Amino acid sequence: MTPISLGPLDLALTASLIVAEAALSLLLGLGIHKQVTIAAARMVVQLLLVGYALRLIFALTSPALTLLAVALMAIVAVREIAVRPEQRLARAGNYTISLAAVTATTALTAILALVTAIRPQPWWSPQYAIPLVGIVLGSVLNSASLALDHVLDAARQRRPAIEAQLALGVSFAAATRPLLRSAIRRGTLPIINQMSAAGLITLPGIMTGQILAGLDPVEAVKYQILLMFLLAGSSVLAGAIIAYLALRRLTDERDRLRLDRLMS
Amino acid sequence: MPFERLRVIALRTLHAGPFEFVLAPGDCLAITGPSGAGKSLLLRMIADLDPHEGEILLDCRSSVSMSGPEWRSKVVYSAAESGWWLDRVGEHFRERPVQLAAQLGLRPDIFEQAVASCSTGERQRLALLRALEPQPPVLLLDEPTGALDPDGKAQLEALLETQLAAGLTLVLVTHDPAQATRLGTLRGHLTAGRLIVSG
Repeated sequence: MTPISLGPLDLALTASLIVAEAALSLLLGLGIHKQVTIAAARMVVQLLLVGYALRLIFALTSPALTLLAVALMAIVAVREIAVRPEQRLARAGNYTISLAAVTATTALTAILALVTAIRPQPWWSPQYAIPLVGIVLGSVLNSASLALDHVLDAARQRRPAIEAQLALGVSFAAATRPLLRSAIRRGTLPIINQMSAAGLITLPGIMTGQILAGLDPVEAVKYQILLMFLLAGSSVLAGAIIAYLALRRLTDERDRLRLDRLMS
Repeated sequence: MPFERLRVIALRTLHAGPFEFVLAPGDCLAITGPSGAGKSLLLRMIADLDPHEGEILLDCRSSVSMSGPEWRSKVVYSAAESGWWLDRVGEHFRERPVQLAAQLGLRPDIFEQAVASCSTGERQRLALLRALEPQPPVLLLDEPTGALDPDGKAQLEALLETQLAAGLTLVLVTHDPAQATRLGTLRGHLTAGRLIVSG
C-alpha cells in the first residue's frame, strides 16, 4: 500500500473549517477568531518548515546534522521543563537539573531502542532517530515538569512536617522520601493513563498516523507497543532523576531544608 | 565551675547575634522578647536547622564534628507550630508514652486519633512528648504552652521541671514572663537580635 498523497486542494478544503470557526466567532461575538486564525497559521508554517527541514536532513544522512537536530529539540524541552514550575531553584537550578534529566533519559532510551529493537542502518539514521527522540522528549517533558513542579511546591508546603522530622534527627533523605515518591508517581500518571486508554478510549497518534499512511494495523500496533514501553521507561526515569536532583538542591551538607534556595 | 553541657560561641547570622552563653545540665535558659526579635531563629541555629556562623558545643564536642542529623538527635528542637508527617498520632512514636500523656492531661485514646482531629493544644503537648522520646540531653522549646489553658500549662511546666531535675538542659522561648520566672534558672531577653542573659 502506498499512502494517499494530499494535494493543496485537500488541505484548503479542511482549512474551510477554520474559516467557518472564525465566522462563527464573529457572529456570536466569541472573540476567538483572531487567536484561532493566528494559531492555525502558525501551525501551518511551523509544520511546513519542519517537514522541509526533515526532508533535507534525511537526504543528507549526516551524523553531525542529526545530532544537531536532536540537540536543538532537547534544548527546547529543557527550557519548557525549567520554566513550567512557579518556583525556581536558585542559580538557574531548574535549567541544570532539567538538562541532566533530559539528556540522560533521552540518550538512554533512544539509543536502547535504536540499537536493540528498531536497528536501522546506520543505527543513528535520522529518519528513525529524530522522530523517536521527539516522542521520547514529549513524554520526558510531561513527566519531568510534573515531577519538578511537585517537588518544589510540596517542599514548601510540607516544610513543617519535613523540618519536624529533621529536628528529631531524621536524615533529609528519609524525611523527604514520601515527597520523592509522590513526585515520581505524579510524573508517571500521564503515561499510565495513556497506556491503559490506548486502543480503547484513544487510538494513539503514531499508530493512527501509520495506519493513515497505509501501514498494516498490526505492524502499526507493534510500533506503538514498542514506543509505549520506551515512553513508560523514560517517564519514570526522567521523573526520578529530576525529583532526586531537585531535592539535592534543597539540602546541604548538614541535612537542612534550604528553602532559601527557592525563588518564586 | 559547674559541669558544662551546651556552649554557644559567637553564634550569628546576618540578622541576629552574636549569641554567647553556657548552660549546665539542669539549666533552663528562658528567653523572652518581642516578636520578630530572632528568638525562633536562635533556636533553629542551635539545632543547626539554619545556616550560621560561630560554634556550638555539646559536652565540649563541636556540632560540626558530627553529622547534622546526629547533632539534632541530641539537641532537639520543637517548633511553635508542630509538624506531623503521618496520619495517626501513634505512628509518630516508637513507644507510646502513655503515662506522660496522662500527666499532661491528654485523653487516653489520643494515640489512636488522626493528627488532623487533634486540637492545637493537644498537638502542642504531643509534640513535646515526641521531642522527649529520644531522651535528648538538650531540648529547644519554642512557645510550648502558647495554645494551652492554665491547667494544661501547669501540667506541662510540672513535666518540664521533672525533666530539668533529671538533668535536661532546656532553652525555652516564651511570651509569658511569669513562666520564664517559674522555669528559668537563667533569664534571657532578646531584642533586635541581641541577647542579654542574667542569672
